[in-house]
Amino acid sequence: MSDAAILSAPARRRGASGEAITAWALGLPAVLAYLVLLLLPTLAAILLAFTDYELGAPAFAWIGLGNFTELLGDRGFAQALRNTIFYVAVVTPGSILGALAIALLIEAGTRGRTLFRAVFFLPVVSLTVAMASAWQYLLHPSIGPLNAVLRQVGIAGPAWLSSSDTVMWSLAAIGIWENLGFNLVLFLAGLTAIPRELYAAAEVDGAPSAWERFRLVTWPMLGPTTLFVLTITMIRSVRVFDTVKVLTQGGPNKASEVLLHAMYLEGFTYFRLGYSAAITLVFLAIVLALMWLQTRVLDKRVHYG
Amino acid sequence: MTESVTGIVVENATRNFAGQQVLKGVSLAVAAGEFVALVGPSGCGKSTLMRLIAGIDRPDSGRILINGRDVTTLRPAARDVAMVFQSYALYPHLTVAENIAVPLAMRRMSAAQRLPLLGRFWPGSQARRRGIREEVGSAALALGLGSLLDRRPAQLSGGQRQRVALARAIVRHPAAFLMDEPLSNLDAALRVHTRREIVEIHRRAGAATLYVTHDQAEALTMADRVAVMQAGQILQVASPRAIYADPDDLRVATFIGSPRINTLPAEIDGHGLARVAGFPTGVRLCGAERVTGAATLALRPEDLFLADGGIPATAEGLEFLGESLLLHARHVGTGTALVLRLPPELVPDLPPGSRVTLGFDPGRALLFDAQGRRLRDTAVVPEPSLV
Repeated sequence: MSDAAILSAPARRRGASGEAITAWALGLPAVLAYLVLLLLPTLAAILLAFTDYELGAPAFAWIGLGNFTELLGDRGFAQALRNTIFYVAVVTPGSILGALAIALLIEAGTRGRTLFRAVFFLPVVSLTVAMASAWQYLLHPSIGPLNAVLRQVGIAGPAWLSSSDTVMWSLAAIGIWENLGFNLVLFLAGLTAIPRELYAAAEVDGAPSAWERFRLVTWPMLGPTTLFVLTITMIRSVRVFDTVKVLTQGGPNKASEVLLHAMYLEGFTYFRLGYSAAITLVFLAIVLALMWLQTRVLDKRVHYG
Repeated sequence: MTESVTGIVVENATRNFAGQQVLKGVSLAVAAGEFVALVGPSGCGKSTLMRLIAGIDRPDSGRILINGRDVTTLRPAARDVAMVFQSYALYPHLTVAENIAVPLAMRRMSAAQRLPLLGRFWPGSQARRRGIREEVGSAALALGLGSLLDRRPAQLSGGQRQRVALARAIVRHPAAFLMDEPLSNLDAALRVHTRREIVEIHRRAGAATLYVTHDQAEALTMADRVAVMQAGQILQVASPRAIYADPDDLRVATFIGSPRINTLPAEIDGHGLARVAGFPTGVRLCGAERVTGAATLALRPEDLFLADGGIPATAEGLEFLGESLLLHARHVGTGTALVLRLPPELVPDLPPGSRVTLGFDPGRALLFDAQGRRLRDTAVVPEPSLV
């Protein structure tokens, strides 16, 4: 035993640098992927945002903050930003509160947990583009089942996706439906992790109603889950694109234009890559701000260390 | 009749889980001011019984009374009980003071007054909050938590968390006090120390206390009476001394006491004489209990001694414990393992395999029938008729 220890001591010293090389070698694929797929494109986008580069153009010029000053005056962009904020403001509370309510109902029930979980999770695993076609049919003003039902009760349903009054609400409703299942599964996991004894203690301590037990135990214990769900839902809804692309293309008359769709239009329809990159940076700033909010501000209030 | 009894009364409670009867008609009474320990191996139903009394679970049949009031169907909040959980079940987002205040706030303040921010401005809220703060302060002081009131549970040690759980239970002065293995998560040294504290708290609070544990040392040292439970039944309820020295049932005798009581297969002849492998034991069954045939003779390790004549056995090993010494031996006639607790200075050097003969005072031997029921009506046969 001790002989072996003496013999291996110099070997270990020699191994120190070898160990570092091995570590770098093992980390290399991930480092490369990070550089090539994330860091370099981000840097490229940042650089592009300060140019007037157009796809296929032989040259480009540095125009400084030109793209950003143009953004400030661009009414289409302002509309896209407003619509995105509206979408986030409706989808985030809608899909979080809805998911929490359904998760509580499923958790309280005795049967069918797996079934309900699967049913609500289905939109998450299905292809949004394909599902969007189903929504197009459901919301169709003349042949859609929704308006058919409304007609039965004597209401003339609006043209959900082609009227500027209802289009954002319709998209938001689809967004809630899309995000609900994901949030639901997270909440169900969070609920299972709450110790049963805390509920027993709340009952013995005299919590008079289910609502009081929710306030005393469930809500605080779900804090970390809720924070995660909140951040993820906000980022997911800032990123809204495919339903808009498939269902409305930002119309009618830019009434459903959103950030990423505006970026897509500028970059890949009008080939103004520099301007498109500027929109991307605005998007990036919003997402980073949301993440900062999570880690710096809210995180301290939900972990009771 | 039981209606006039104060404290906790359980009458014939049964509880089934998935077709399995976990409680088989349990009856138990804990008088006001009494400390009863409910002890039994894991899975014997003791925690289930406690949950029935707390109201977290309901019995399938039977009744539960607290201070003479039938609470069988009442919710926990309406029962006037407090409970200390094995995991302490503290609210992690609340400070120590807020944790202790929960039972008072839930009872004395309206839902509107309890609201996080607006509640302060609700009429009457300030006075009640002040009253609660004072009572929380005195409960915390009683448990030495005065300097920790603003901490969160995660910042406390196991022993401190346990005190917070105790303070939360006593702050309301409940009629019944339930404790579910409160010491099992503490380290050994702290456990012994906290035992005395819990007894002291109980004495000051004066509530009927039911203490569930699987640790017989806790049960024997802390309780006024010990209830031994096994397989969904309470086998015996008696003082710690009686449980140890005068058990009703062979299962009680073997569960209580460490090392385990020695049990020797015996038979009782037509004259009521008990023999072990043909060897007369000096114990005779008399009176009404006319039992013959197979029986069990049980002897505590400290009731056996090395003698010149007696039960033949083979020594197998010695364990030195300081104040005493354990001799492991095997009975020659039946192959039963035996343990003797002996004063260390009286034990000669006994290499494994050496022959010994063991004596005992027949007056201290316990006799059980084939079903494990205690046969109490025994007498010591005078020496001459032994042979």
